[in-house]
Amino acid sequence: MSQRFRPAVREFIAENFLFRADAEIADDQSLLESGVMDSTGVLELIAFLETSYGISIADEEIIPQNLDSVDAMTNYLARKLPVAA
Amino acid sequence: MRLEARLRESARRYPDKVALVAGGCRLSYAEFDTRSDHLAAALRKAGVQPGDRVALLLENGIEAPLSFFAAWKAGAVACPLYPSMKSEKLAAIFSSIRPAAVVTQARQILSVQAVIGASGCQPIVITTEGANNAVGDALSFASMTFGGPTARPELRANESELALLIHTSGSTGRPKGVMLTHANVDAACQSIAGYLGNTEDDVVLSVLPLSFGYGITQMVTMASVGGRLVLEKSFAFPRTILDRLAAEKATGLPLVPAMAALIAGMKDLPDDQFASLRYVTSAAAALPPALSGRLRGMMPGTLIFIMYGQTECLRVSYLEPTEIARRPTSVGKAIPGTRAYVVGDDGQPCNPGEVGELVVEGPHVMAGYWGDEAGPRQRPTEIEGGRRLRTGDLFRMDADGFLYFVSRKDDIIKTRGEKVSPQEVERVLYALPGVREAAVTGMDDPVFGQVVCAHVALEPGCALSERDVMRHCASQLEDYMVPKMVEFRDMLPRTTTGKIRMSAEGDLVEGKLETAI
Repeated sequence: MSQRFRPAVREFIAENFLFRADAEIADDQSLLESGVMDSTGVLELIAFLETSYGISIADEEIIPQNLDSVDAMTNYLARKLPVAA
Repeated sequence: MRLEARLRESARRYPDKVALVAGGCRLSYAEFDTRSDHLAAALRKAGVQPGDRVALLLENGIEAPLSFFAAWKAGAVACPLYPSMKSEKLAAIFSSIRPAAVVTQARQILSVQAVIGASGCQPIVITTEGANNAVGDALSFASMTFGGPTARPELRANESELALLIHTSGSTGRPKGVMLTHANVDAACQSIAGYLGNTEDDVVLSVLPLSFGYGITQMVTMASVGGRLVLEKSFAFPRTILDRLAAEKATGLPLVPAMAALIAGMKDLPDDQFASLRYVTSAAAALPPALSGRLRGMMPGTLIFIMYGQTECLRVSYLEPTEIARRPTSVGKAIPGTRAYVVGDDGQPCNPGEVGELVVEGPHVMAGYWGDEAGPRQRPTEIEGGRRLRTGDLFRMDADGFLYFVSRKDDIIKTRGEKVSPQEVERVLYALPGVREAAVTGMDDPVFGQVVCAHVALEPGCALSERDVMRHCASQLEDYMVPKMVEFRDMLPRTTTGKIRMSAEGDLVEGKLETAI
């Protein structure tokens, strides 16, 4: 259901974070645990999502369940931006 | 007292009390003491001798405190290193300190083994996560902390032996190893626990890495008073950490200003979010008065301690919370049992208001730099009851004796509470093909203190982008050293002697750049 966001999210992570890490990461892998994203990276990620998708991310939404992996982000975006019926 | 004796004493008094919480793991004082005994015995059995260095490349998890105390029980020196440190720098440090053992995480084991190969030393390697055949002859951390009954290692008595070797950025661009004895660390931590009023009822939640002094003092003060240390790996998801803080009923939260800024910007926090929190501390960079004011509004029942520290003595000064409204930019007075004062170029104490160099005296001042790398000028002087250190920081003192930070004497950049040597970043920039000239400066930033800015002049015809430069830096430098902004110029301004004008930051930056964040 969330496939429509996956390529853009993957591209952002590859462009901005992956050069910090040694290897590729899987879509369900934690970006923090694997050292791909640090705390500044989370701020960059939020700015990217807010500007790219015109959404506003509340403080309580900035949690690992929403943002700590490609899967988490694509699911979060799908919830945030449901397809118009 | 030696640090492991503090742990042993807390384990005797509070054997069943939870000492450490990290991830899903909770360890009692008895377990903390016993498992670090096992690890110490295993280290000795594997060949680690008293005085040997044990390098720790660990994120905040249960393994880190166990490794520190095990190293001390084995008579060894704990050498904590930033876990994302890049290979070249790590190899240089390994060549210098020649560790007898390295404790690291499974996901880093291959790069660590490559570094060991390049450094020419042959430490035993211990890996913290699951036994993995691919990692060759690395020993399993888990198996070294469990096991049958082990004779408790006999505690050593000499507290002038080294406890810590902490690497910090030096103005030459080469990291300096700060040598702290058991007596140094104990003196600092006893003093800190005293003014913070720490007791066995305290629960400190720390996201600070245990590779730098401010993180280590959290661990040692809690182990000394019998309190509880809750470790988290980062502050990347602030709301999650604050919920953890409430759930664990934390009474103490050590902050750096970047974290304070994130908290201060939060909306819609429940009224009881900080109900358990007795105090917060701020160190590593100046806390802007607007931020401390906002924090006081958000957590009216919480004491706010502004502190100032240096790896070379762990802590220099703190401001009594009652003074913060009156002197919001002061870092207070010397911590109990020590002295801190300001001297002019002639070495004589300055008058109130005059800017001079901060001098620190006391039992907490380091024994010196590893290998005397910084040269004799920076060697501390032995004095009655401790040592005297010229800090290289410019300060002033007001008429009531309160200290105010002015600037560094050297050009070290402080970003996110970490020290960055411009020369170290410049060396990496010059290694990028196409870069003709490079200079690195710090630009003031309300959240990060300063951010690292690269100013680069390219070879004619070269088309490197900002992203290319940052990518190259990220492959060679720790995250916090990577420039957040790259400015391209035809040429960099130079002094008449041909030196790039590092000090003329205004000339380089021209005040028009904005941070990338």
